[in-house]
Amino acid sequence: MRRLYAILIAAALVYMLISFISTVPGYGKVDLKERVSDAFLSKSVNAQNAKAWMEGKAIHRQPAKEIYGKKAKEEGSANVVTSIVVNYRSFDTLGEVTVLFTAALGVGLILGGSRRKRYGREANFVLRTSTGILVPLIIMFGAYIFVHGHLTPGGGFPGGTIIAMASLLLYLSDEKFFLSKASTGVLEGSMGGAYVIIGLLGLAIGGYFLYNFLPNGVVGNLVSAGIVPLVYIAIGLKVGAELSGLVTDLHSEKEG
Amino acid sequence: MVFWISAILIGIGVYGLLTQKNLFKQLISLSIIDTAVNIFIIAVGYVDNGKAPIYSKAVPEFMEGVFVDPLPQALVLTAIVIGVGVLALGASLLVKVNEKHESIDVENMKGVGE
Repeated sequence: MRRLYAILIAAALVYMLISFISTVPGYGKVDLKERVSDAFLSKSVNAQNAKAWMEGKAIHRQPAKEIYGKKAKEEGSANVVTSIVVNYRSFDTLGEVTVLFTAALGVGLILGGSRRKRYGREANFVLRTSTGILVPLIIMFGAYIFVHGHLTPGGGFPGGTIIAMASLLLYLSDEKFFLSKASTGVLEGSMGGAYVIIGLLGLAIGGYFLYNFLPNGVVGNLVSAGIVPLVYIAIGLKVGAELSGLVTDLHSEKEG
Repeated sequence: MVFWISAILIGIGVYGLLTQKNLFKQLISLSIIDTAVNIFIIAVGYVDNGKAPIYSKAVPEFMEGVFVDPLPQALVLTAIVIGVGVLALGASLLVKVNEKHESIDVENMKGVGE
């Protein structure tokens, strides 16, 4: 009987959502000219008229123009998602990093212990041998992902997660491996501080928090886009240390 | 079509939340709803035959209708990270509940008022 009620409630909700879906534009039929994203894609947010925008008038249309390989005026990262996440909406990302930090802190407070929890059996020979080969490669791949965050898909968060998976592999293969809380904590704190310091430098130099005060360079080069690669390196190391600490918390138990 | 998939996934998640007595299954139901909402937001920004919004040698210039909408992808990046945080915190709370009440099934918990 209870399951029947649950099915009815879920079906009513699905019906409501599907009737709501008919009001949004069809799948793939979106016109980006009507959206803010047009300005983000053409890297011309500063050219928009903010007053007309707030009054609901159409945004200032941008003609087709070459961007890759040219000197960037406003924003220099080839990956537009990165340019939104770490440049246009960087303060939002600072809040996101804080949320992840709070979650990791909560897990540490709830589960934290000082002793390594043992699985009670030795890891397989194949796992033990391949870990030694794979861990450096995994860490290098994670670093590649977050260093090239402004050029290729990926960025600080996926790169940091890949690095944390290397420490998970070490935990799975070695019964005695235990990361000290001090090492991950110091890396995490210093990298979070570096993000805020970059923001404050922007405030001092350009007058806005997280202002992009370095030259933009040529779109598509490794050294381009001003502070974006620096911020993504800080985020990548911070997320990697944070999630490694989370894995450590899951593998620790209290004394006695 | 993709919108329907996300709506049906939300329905599955709500059904799981309402019927399951195992707290971990309820957490997984929440995670399913999270994923469904992410799929919906990404699908809102899809453009037919659109490419990933990255400038490269193959797509060097800005034109209409070449790229999909980058803004929903940037927002979902935030949502995924927060989903990971919620899942980790919820799972660690369940470990504590299991230590105290010897079960994470709502009906078998010990020391909970009848």
